[in-house]
Amino acid sequence: MSEQILDARNLLCPLPVIRTQNQVETMSKGDTLCVYCTDHGVINDIPAWCRINGHEILSIDEQEYEIVIRVRVGECR
Amino acid sequence: MTINLNDKTRRKAVALVSGGLDSMLAVKVLQEQGIYVEGINFFTGFCIEGHTHAIRKKDRDKPKRNNALWVAEQLGIKLHILDVSEDYKDVVINPKHGYGANLNPCLDCKGFMVKKATAWMRKNDFDFLVTGEVVGQRPMSQRKDTLPVISRESGAGDLLLRPLCAKLLPETLPEREGWVDREQLLDFSGRGRKPQILLAEKYGFKEYAQPAGGCCFLTDANYSSKLADLWQARGEKTYDIDDIVILKVGRHLRPKPHFKLIIAREEGETNFLRGYRKNYISMNTVSHSGPISLIDGKPDDEDLEFAARLLARFCSGRNADFVTVKVLQRNGESTNINVKPLTADEILQEWYV
Repeated sequence: MSEQILDARNLLCPLPVIRTQNQVETMSKGDTLCVYCTDHGVINDIPAWCRINGHEILSIDEQEYEIVIRVRVGECR
Repeated sequence: MTINLNDKTRRKAVALVSGGLDSMLAVKVLQEQGIYVEGINFFTGFCIEGHTHAIRKKDRDKPKRNNALWVAEQLGIKLHILDVSEDYKDVVINPKHGYGANLNPCLDCKGFMVKKATAWMRKNDFDFLVTGEVVGQRPMSQRKDTLPVISRESGAGDLLLRPLCAKLLPETLPEREGWVDREQLLDFSGRGRKPQILLAEKYGFKEYAQPAGGCCFLTDANYSSKLADLWQARGEKTYDIDDIVILKVGRHLRPKPHFKLIIAREEGETNFLRGYRKNYISMNTVSHSGPISLIDGKPDDEDLEFAARLLARFCSGRNADFVTVKVLQRNGESTNINVKPLTADEILQEWYV
């Protein structure tokens, strides 16, 4: 099990979702991805992407200028 | 839903999911026939969703969602979002079939997306493609004579099924092979939305997005005008992703052909434009509260002073004798200059891009 970090700051949705998707594709089930974002749209979009693709949101830490989302990778095709 | 990818009896389709009602219905029609569907959605850089909400503070409290993701969740399908913004430049810059009412290359765009989806389909071992296209719904890309162009030029051929209007079109391979029952497909045509709304009711879809001009900034006259201005000022049709994002933000005023100001309209835009100060000369008023401005182009010192006077018109000191403006170069060097704000009459309407 590994933990990786993705810097998606200053990207507007859906780019943070796309970067998350692309990084998750390189990871294994059970790994954790920590995504740093500045577009508050990710609070809806990354969890939605996780729900439909079988990944789990571990936490969403919303600060004034930054959002940190931790994703546990599920089954990847 | 768990699918056995080795089950050869269950056919798999990939659907272009925009987030609108038509593609949502097209997927549902196939799901009703037992077809396994996954969705694909393309990021071109010109997608309307999200950006404005993300930037403007006053819009931030409005409910915001990515409609394609939302639709996928309602349908219970996976969604793959592909960043095609780099390849898409050629579609925008050199559309073989030309532009629509604005800088929207709709026919080339649809052909491009279906071509990308076809490649994805082959790579991922899916059987056919699905779109929510309806004959006669769009003046450029969804006409009886242009739908075959998309099938042909994309390379999808008869693997492209349009469930909402399939009965008005020649049989496709999925129909001929009996993967789907043509009799259960539909014969929608024209710009009316009533059949779609009735079908949505039948399926219990109470909520869905119906963007008036599609989901692309290129169909917007104001946005297209700014892009055309950018190309004219540069003397060539080029752009990068930052260019097209910036066109969505702020007031754009071009007082002279070789430079323009991008002036934030509110706090959210000011914060957003601050992130671009390494890419542009920027200005902000320091003696009075006011917005930030980026300067695009090649202004000389005299131009910068004029730009500062123009910016000063948009700050709280617009009626003051002098306003101090900080000019920040790309390399981080800054100077303060005192300028007299332009009067309202000195700002010409034709400067607004």
